[in-house]
Amino acid sequence: MNIEEIKSDLVKNIPGLELQSEGEFLIVPKEKLLQVARFLKENEKYRMDYVSCITGVDYLNKGYLESVNHLYSMEKKQGPVVLKVRVPRDNPRMPSLVPLYRGAEYQERESYDLLGIVYEGHPDLRRILMWDEFEGHPLRKDFVQEDQDIR
Amino acid sequence: MSESALHPVETQLLEVSIGPQHPSTHGVFRMNVVLDGETIVKLKPVMGYLHRNHEQLAENMSYLGSMPYTDRLDYICSMTNNFAYALAVEKLSGIDVPERAQYIRVLMAELTRLVNHTLLVGFLLNDLGAFFTPVLYAFREREKILDLFEAVAGSRMMCNYFRFGGVKADLPAGAMDKVKEIVNNYPRFLDEFERLLTGNEILRSRCQNVGILSKELAVNASITGPMLRAAGVNYDIRKVEKYGIYDRFEFKVPLGKVGDVYDRYYVRILEMRETIKILHQILKQMPEKGEIISAKGAAAAKSPRMWKPPAGDAYGRIEAPKGELGFYLVSDGSPKPYRYHVRPPSFINLTILEDMCLGRKVADAIIILGSVDIVLGEVDR
Repeated sequence: MNIEEIKSDLVKNIPGLELQSEGEFLIVPKEKLLQVARFLKENEKYRMDYVSCITGVDYLNKGYLESVNHLYSMEKKQGPVVLKVRVPRDNPRMPSLVPLYRGAEYQERESYDLLGIVYEGHPDLRRILMWDEFEGHPLRKDFVQEDQDIR
Repeated sequence: MSESALHPVETQLLEVSIGPQHPSTHGVFRMNVVLDGETIVKLKPVMGYLHRNHEQLAENMSYLGSMPYTDRLDYICSMTNNFAYALAVEKLSGIDVPERAQYIRVLMAELTRLVNHTLLVGFLLNDLGAFFTPVLYAFREREKILDLFEAVAGSRMMCNYFRFGGVKADLPAGAMDKVKEIVNNYPRFLDEFERLLTGNEILRSRCQNVGILSKELAVNASITGPMLRAAGVNYDIRKVEKYGIYDRFEFKVPLGKVGDVYDRYYVRILEMRETIKILHQILKQMPEKGEIISAKGAAAAKSPRMWKPPAGDAYGRIEAPKGELGFYLVSDGSPKPYRYHVRPPSFINLTILEDMCLGRKVADAIIILGSVDIVLGEVDR
């Protein structure tokens, strides 16, 4: 299972999909994320039935937030396939993986809480670690703490 | 037909907040429960009381600087936290680990598994109402392993023992004799524990068929560790990825049949027995002498604030006692990690707490939570 193989399988089976890869990672356009994940989950060859790690990274200088999803297969004991989705920092909306994987529920809530990525279609998108009244997203690189020295 | 059936008594739903300060929640954790009579109709976990933004702390210090902080994630199993973090950094920067250090690492990780499972079983019994007698038996055995950790790492719980490319110090003289003693005496303790518990009528009636988790839901909800295996899914990262030197040891992966609280208890007992098998093999195979840290790793440990891994990102994961513990690191080539993310097993295992508790009584919810095995230092980070 190498990256080129996964890429060609995906492009063949999902019409209109434009994929890029960077090293071992696939960069998926956000509109196609659910389709790509569903294909990987249901296809006999991959069976990526387990989403291990969902998180986000704030690339301040490049101007986007990146959501990183590690998929593994428990059935076939293979993986990972890493799907990265890039969304603009001022409008960070992307589809939620919860309709496919329950395991995404808390991890997406955490990513929403700390990084401010809005997952559309999530059944219960609330803050999970910070309190409800908290403003801002602490893991963003331009977040300023109350007691922080501003340089 | 009696009159009461025609005009049933009107009842109200009752909202109860269990926690955050309650011994059964294993820390500062709250469950918002809606009750119909004594039956749970809704349950929402509330967490974050112990949140200190561990990830941001780590992003503001050197790579090695956050090694002691990983101890405080799951404060019962600091050695395995160190292991996962070291593995992720080694993957990021391509540091190799010498032979003897590999054995020391697995030795420490497996001893930690014994500590965790022993304690968990003790506390589960506490939740059942056997107030502190089983916990004291568990603590007695745990103490012996913690003494060894103190001799090896200098600290009983916050070990901070692993370094990138090896470990901090070689084992002191006589440490292996202590390991031998622990390994030889542990089965006797487990037998004693099992005689007390496994066939126990009260334990069985309270735990069997309570909090059943199906195979499909367990996989779909990213459940890992003994909870997943109790549901009957054969997935152990020690077997799947064979990180470190796990390909050299023979051991089985115990599986449950029903996926209830009792299975989760028993899978952990069986896992401890497998761990003892691994420890026996380590005692046989471990080289007497050798390097404990590779040259590249020693350079990283010598000047941690100057050390820079190449730019890129890596995800390292291990089978921690509670499930899959992973670290996702992004490096921009500077001495501090650009992004540092922890994938905590007990946080994600809580996802299906409500599903397991619906339709059960409050007392059942307590033992179901106990069988999930959470540590709030890791859940809240």
